[in-house]
Amino acid sequence: MKKIRPVFRWLVLFATLLLVTVYYLPIWSIQLWAPQYPEGLEMLIWINNLSGNVDVINDLNHYIGMGKINVDMFPEFGYMVYILGFVIFFGITTFFVNKRFMLYLYSSLLIIAAVAALIDFYQWEYIYGHTLDPRAAIIIEGQSYQPPLLGYKVLLNFTALSMPSYGGWILFGSGFTLVFASILELFKARKERKKEHHG
Amino acid sequence: MKNYINYVAATLAIATLTQCKPKSASQVVTGDAAAKVYVAPGKFDEIYNFVSGGFSGQLAVYGLPSARLLKVIPVFSQNPENGWGYSEETKPMLNTSHGFIPWDDLHHVALSQTEGIDDGRWVFVNGNNTPRVARIDLKTFRTAEIIELPNSSGNHSSPFLTENSEYVIAGTRFSTPLDGNNDVPISSYKENFKGTISFIKIDPTSGNMSVAFQVVMPPFNFDLSRAGKGPSHGWFFFSCYNTEQANTLLEVNASQRDKDFVIAMNWKKIEEYAKANKGKVTTSKYAHNVYSDETHSATSTISEGIVQFDASELKDMIYLIPCPKSPHGCDTDPTGEYIVAGGKLAATIPVFSFSKMLKAIEGKEFDGEFAGLPVIKYESALYGEVPKPGLGPLHTEFDDKGNAYTSMFVSSEVVKWNIKDLKVIDRKPTFYSLGHLMVVGGGTKHPYGKYLVAYNKITKDRYLPTGPELAQSAQLFDITGEKMEMLYDYPTIGEPHYAQAIEASKIKDKQIRFFKIEDNKHQFATKGEKEAKVVRTGNRVDVYATCIRSHFAPDNIEGIQMGDEVYVHVTNLEQDWDVPHGFAIKGAANAELLVMPGETCTYKWNPDRVGVTVFYCTDFCSALHQEMSGYIRVSPKGSSVPLKWGLGDFSSDAPVTPEKK
Repeated sequence: MKKIRPVFRWLVLFATLLLVTVYYLPIWSIQLWAPQYPEGLEMLIWINNLSGNVDVINDLNHYIGMGKINVDMFPEFGYMVYILGFVIFFGITTFFVNKRFMLYLYSSLLIIAAVAALIDFYQWEYIYGHTLDPRAAIIIEGQSYQPPLLGYKVLLNFTALSMPSYGGWILFGSGFTLVFASILELFKARKERKKEHHG
Repeated sequence: MKNYINYVAATLAIATLTQCKPKSASQVVTGDAAAKVYVAPGKFDEIYNFVSGGFSGQLAVYGLPSARLLKVIPVFSQNPENGWGYSEETKPMLNTSHGFIPWDDLHHVALSQTEGIDDGRWVFVNGNNTPRVARIDLKTFRTAEIIELPNSSGNHSSPFLTENSEYVIAGTRFSTPLDGNNDVPISSYKENFKGTISFIKIDPTSGNMSVAFQVVMPPFNFDLSRAGKGPSHGWFFFSCYNTEQANTLLEVNASQRDKDFVIAMNWKKIEEYAKANKGKVTTSKYAHNVYSDETHSATSTISEGIVQFDASELKDMIYLIPCPKSPHGCDTDPTGEYIVAGGKLAATIPVFSFSKMLKAIEGKEFDGEFAGLPVIKYESALYGEVPKPGLGPLHTEFDDKGNAYTSMFVSSEVVKWNIKDLKVIDRKPTFYSLGHLMVVGGGTKHPYGKYLVAYNKITKDRYLPTGPELAQSAQLFDITGEKMEMLYDYPTIGEPHYAQAIEASKIKDKQIRFFKIEDNKHQFATKGEKEAKVVRTGNRVDVYATCIRSHFAPDNIEGIQMGDEVYVHVTNLEQDWDVPHGFAIKGAANAELLVMPGETCTYKWNPDRVGVTVFYCTDFCSALHQEMSGYIRVSPKGSSVPLKWGLGDFSSDAPVTPEKK
């Protein structure tokens, strides 16, 4: 099996080491604006925690019968640190092993992890937005309050914006870098194979 | 026929006179004034303006230049609007050696200073009637401390601060017999009556006040004061009147002498003297009230004993400077070199020179003594007189360009003049009869300038009439140009005496938005709905209640009996800005509570009849505010109805506490 181009090999190491910062940065941000909250409310999701105006959001949400958001409702916070640890370990291994197939595996792993995370997040949002107390003060027929997965959504008097935060952008950036490197390596591998056939 | 001619002549004369009426206010305002005071919706004012509420006993906060009223801070008077002086926590703030007093007359305002510049930490105000000084914390815009001054009556010469807020001064307007020798004939004024000047030490970190010592003065009336600054730092200057020492018909009897005095006091020397000498300790009692943002409660301590020094023992520390007729203002300019006195019955404004005064003291250029104190020769201390400034000069402040602005009560105008050449530059009428005026930062080493506000006593035809009792007013001037320009004219709360103003940037970002519930150290705090309970101890009932949008816990209470003394301790569980909840019970002889997020306030209630009564949130807190209410059942004394309470599920298994012994 062929080696990775040196420039990509170092890129793998760089992208992998960058992932360490995700332990220390918020990954996702949900922001809310209403006439009474022109300054906005924000909830930040970290690898193992929540921060921001979670209490204020909970106090407001009880009118429409939404549950209280708290750290305990995310079992993911228990194991996400290990998944990220494994990803980083895999990346470093890829750097040392220095084989193309490792790069392909590594970028696939990242894509699978990212897609799984988004599906998981969507599912939580669905349950959170649809599990409403039937005794809530304000009940609107057919209305649910699922936050947007990505982008803007209007929920009653609130406009919600869901998007990656610093950690999320780093994850995406690293992922794209690796996928980009993998694709170029694939092209190179194909060219080399053609050369062998002709030669 | 002759009568007819006379009639025509008289009519013509009146008609002619009407043509000569003085200019009305509408002619005074120029074109772009409106644009200069317009602060667009959603935009902030440039300046915080702290304005005395006079006989309302409170302090008003306006934004400038819009003149929008931002808040009325309750200080010396009960304020049913937010329960100040009604809640159990704030009642001690209005305690005095005379007991609880619901009112006072707030005259003067002094922002705390560091190196002669307003630092935006605290604002000090005086209670004139039952002499007190209060400190307001500008992080919360609440009265944090009130200290009473014994041996003082009419605490008018107060509060004035030294340039690093070392001391706040409180001089008495009335002289009276001192504690321990009170019951004397009024006619023995000259022998038995004394004036006092109290030096209140300010703790540089906490701001806490303590009376360091009191200087016993001859029985004059002390009017206003200013500390020296820069070169004159270490000195205090006071104006006084009634050096005639009259005790009746002061209007006439206290206006006989051609000159009264400006008193120069070397407080640094007095401070040293006080360190070395014990002085006389009096038996005076006085209240010292402190509010804590941790316990959300005030405590009132009655202290006893105050250190006094007689002025006569303070050799080389106190000097008198003659000053034309009954001076009011006594103001030091930004450089600290000039002291401007406003003789309210005089036709000139004398300006004294600090350096000349020091030389006069050194050269012993004295004009004998008065009441045991050396009198410096008028000319020896005088820098010059502002000729014909107007009638009734009262009070002077300064801008950032070497100009002074003096209020003229009798001729009802603001007069601008140059400190160096003493020439009058401009004069503008006010409507009507202003007392104090203020320039933004006008009492500091580096005035901000830009705006001047005149505070008027009479408004008559200025606003839509409101019966016999009319508002007092403020008039805002732009002082950036050579000529002053009147911008705006607006009514104020109470009677505005003095005011001070400071750049908004020094205060606005330090605001406490809410109190952290976990830091609440109130002894009756309820930090969660699960802790809500009702406890009976004899006929005292303590309700540990919480509130959050949009309910109280508990909201149903039974087992209260006639003769009970009920204390409802309401903790606001909200942890967000601008979500207060109110609380009031039907028929309670009390005002409402207004409980800020994270705070606990206590409402005292003595039920007066058997039956079910109601309570509700008085602050429109949320969409379900109208639902935020509850019931309390009051039964006859000795009734068998058990004490029980609940929220949401009251009928079935509400908790019942065994009655405590």
